[in-house]
Amino acid sequence: MTSSGESTVLLAVRDLAIDFRIDRKTTLTAVRGVSFDIPCRGTVALVGESGSGKSATALAILGLLPEETATVRPGSRIFYADRNLLEITPRELRALRGTGISMVFQEPMSSLNPVFSVGFQLGEVLTKRLRVPARRARARAIELLREVGIPQPESRIGAYPYELSGGQQQRVMIAMAIACEPKLLIADEPTTGLDTTVQKQILELIAGLQRRRQMSMLFITHDLALVAEIADHVVVMRDGEIREQGTVRQIFETPRDPYTRALLACRPPLARRPRRLPVIDDFPRRPPAGVLDVPERSRGLLGNEEIVLEVRHLAKSFRLRDGLFRKREFKAVKDASFKLARGKTLGLVGESGSGKTTLGLLLVRLHKASSGEALFEGKDLLSMPPKTAMNYKRRIQIVFQNPYASLNPRFTVGQILIEPMKIHAIGAGDQERRVLACDLLEKVGLPQASFGRYPHEFSGGQRQRIAIARCLTMKPEVLICDESVSALDVSVQAQLLNLLQDLQDEYRMSYIFISHDLCVVRYMADEVAVMCEGEIVEAGDSDEIYSNPRHPYTKTLLSSIPRAWRS
Amino acid sequence: MSAQAAAFAAGAHAGSRGLWMLAWLRFCRDRVGLVSLIVVAAYFAVVAASGMGWIADEWSKEVGVSYAPPGAMGPDASSAAPAGAAPQARAEVAQDDSGIADPIAGEIAEIRKGLAGISPSETRAATLPFGGDKWGRDVLQKAVKGTQTSVLVGLAAALLAAFLGTLFGAQAGYHGGWVDDFFNWFYSVFTSIPYLLLILAIAAVLNQKGTGTVILILGLTGWTGIFRLVRAEYMKHKVREYVRAADVIGASDARRMFAHILPNVSHVVLVQLSLHVVLFIKSEVVLSFLGFGVGVDTVSWGSMLNEAQNELILGKWWQLAAATAAMAVLVTAFSLLTDALRDALDPRIK
Repeated sequence: MTSSGESTVLLAVRDLAIDFRIDRKTTLTAVRGVSFDIPCRGTVALVGESGSGKSATALAILGLLPEETATVRPGSRIFYADRNLLEITPRELRALRGTGISMVFQEPMSSLNPVFSVGFQLGEVLTKRLRVPARRARARAIELLREVGIPQPESRIGAYPYELSGGQQQRVMIAMAIACEPKLLIADEPTTGLDTTVQKQILELIAGLQRRRQMSMLFITHDLALVAEIADHVVVMRDGEIREQGTVRQIFETPRDPYTRALLACRPPLARRPRRLPVIDDFPRRPPAGVLDVPERSRGLLGNEEIVLEVRHLAKSFRLRDGLFRKREFKAVKDASFKLARGKTLGLVGESGSGKTTLGLLLVRLHKASSGEALFEGKDLLSMPPKTAMNYKRRIQIVFQNPYASLNPRFTVGQILIEPMKIHAIGAGDQERRVLACDLLEKVGLPQASFGRYPHEFSGGQRQRIAIARCLTMKPEVLICDESVSALDVSVQAQLLNLLQDLQDEYRMSYIFISHDLCVVRYMADEVAVMCEGEIVEAGDSDEIYSNPRHPYTKTLLSSIPRAWRS
Repeated sequence: MSAQAAAFAAGAHAGSRGLWMLAWLRFCRDRVGLVSLIVVAAYFAVVAASGMGWIADEWSKEVGVSYAPPGAMGPDASSAAPAGAAPQARAEVAQDDSGIADPIAGEIAEIRKGLAGISPSETRAATLPFGGDKWGRDVLQKAVKGTQTSVLVGLAAALLAAFLGTLFGAQAGYHGGWVDDFFNWFYSVFTSIPYLLLILAIAAVLNQKGTGTVILILGLTGWTGIFRLVRAEYMKHKVREYVRAADVIGASDARRMFAHILPNVSHVVLVQLSLHVVLFIKSEVVLSFLGFGVGVDTVSWGSMLNEAQNELILGKWWQLAAATAAMAVLVTAFSLLTDALRDALDPRIK
């Protein structure tokens, strides 16, 4: 492929097919005949959305597929150093892991053992695997921690995983993976779940290590934007098949497969703001020119808009027990003030722990505010007694992040939609409520047959649609979207963003759009507020902030957005 | 469009499988679980029939000779004499009291028979299918009646315990704060008392024997384990997003506790309920064996085992065998059923 001769190929996957047994009768083919090469000292990116079979492929290389459920079909071959990894003995495979091929997993929090210090876990790799004598292992571990950029490695070596941040935990995992100097490093979504600034650092670290140590790398991700910075060669997978592979330049500049084109197009671009995001269905086999050249939407406020919600000096502190008698105050939100105009969107960006979710929960009274007020029609929502607040509850609603947790699994979709109508006496009787519910299902793009189904029968994107429909039953004036599209695949994300936009245009709802994803916020928001450690450090017109950030934190955030491709 | 939607909504419920339905399908794939369900169902059928008086209604009737052996063993040589059962019984009683003859035993036996409407001269069966007890009552019928008592006690006590445990656990786990502290304190006090001592103390306070008392004793002491588990489940679920979402749409505390969370933790309660039925059946046996159990006018597996103590010395093993077999089969089947239930109800689909 990119490499000129056969000798430079480190690992070759040929016709890999993997079946997963779901129960006695059903099997799912996760990977169907995948072939690609990983060249020596090169980086191959495996890109695909959930269910594309990218992780199963990686696990098959290391022989880590769950034996009870997964079977690799005969005829599949994975060549590494002239041997088929699918045929060698478990003992040989074990010897290969770590020294030949090693892996960094997605969640560092669950990959590290919480009861041992990081030094112990790193030392274990060195002494057990490389037979480094115990007294030298410590010095080597410190060296490794320094290499992966842990500050003060001499003192941090005794730290337990919980004492490290997510980014630092991932650095430790990377140190463990490179400890045995592998020839191939497999990184399975190593930055998913990390903040963008941390993601950028980890990516730089991995890319630097790969160059310095002359490793090959298989980089697995769902985010095509990350790939441009790190990979030489890209493999795009969907539903267990390779849709397209080629050099980064080929993939980004002249994508041939409609799916690749759709993936590239459905991420909200930073530079433009199309009225509607293209979705996968827009990309059959015809040239997508018409889809991409839609008119742009102008954002921002004119200054004469009606203000729906005004938040003044909102603060929330949690009291944490510290020691036997002392209590420590943790300020989650400090002195937040903003105004929300009718029919407009306020984007709230910040990294994890910045207090943006707490702020959202305060506004719907899921947390009790420590001080400050939120004025809705001149009345303070936060200080109202619960009885009075009931009248306002339906007018300010929230859509949560996790579509798998926010719907009651024992309720049918119909029950989920009718419940709020019953509570707020919307609709004259059950029959009318049913009709309303069915109409709303249609509005959010679900078939009416969904009415009698249960949440577990729906995909993540569909569940999020149900959650939105539940809010719509009450015709809210303010809708808080708390990372509502963050857990979804990019193609589904585009559909949901289009839906939210359509609904805003139709009902003139105001959105508070909470997200860590700066591209999405830029696409959706008229105004943006940047939060850092509980404080709103910068707020204003979204175009203004993105083109001309003033606060240093905003600048850092913006500079860490992965730039998709610059030719 | 709307009319069509309405028509659709009316019929939409059919054809979709809820979580309970899926759990049932998973359960049906478990062969051991299905067999144990059939066994347990058979027991319940027997209990129901016996409760309705269709079978074993005349368990207290003295139909055979004293200690009539099971049919397969053939009649006892000594009791096969044409003299009949009464003198034999008297002789046995005499032997029981270390050689001191009971002077009025004969008369009492006569009176009893008179009350039962059987004349002393009436012939009694020399053997019974599963043998007879000291008074010549059919052990099979006794075992059936005993099953009724024991299963009812186990079930009712388990229901009571599960109700209390769920109610307290829901309050403590959902509300937290001082409500949780209060229930935890109550729980700690309850569990700090040795179990048997607690049972005896409550038995002494209630101060009357009977099935109802046993149910109360077991139910009032047995809720603690269920409480602990339900409380933990509620703590876990109350911060879940679906409960928060219910809060935002305005659902009341009670609605969130019992309409939203309870169906999602009910699998825990159900498994515990089934576990406690087994536990309480065994506890009832222990209580009756110790003499704190059901009254003399009722028969349970415990009281049968209590009688069997003395009989075993005489080599009359069948009452012990009948009670033990009945209990062992049910308890084993119920335990296997519990395991299968837990596997089937484990909500992996979230």
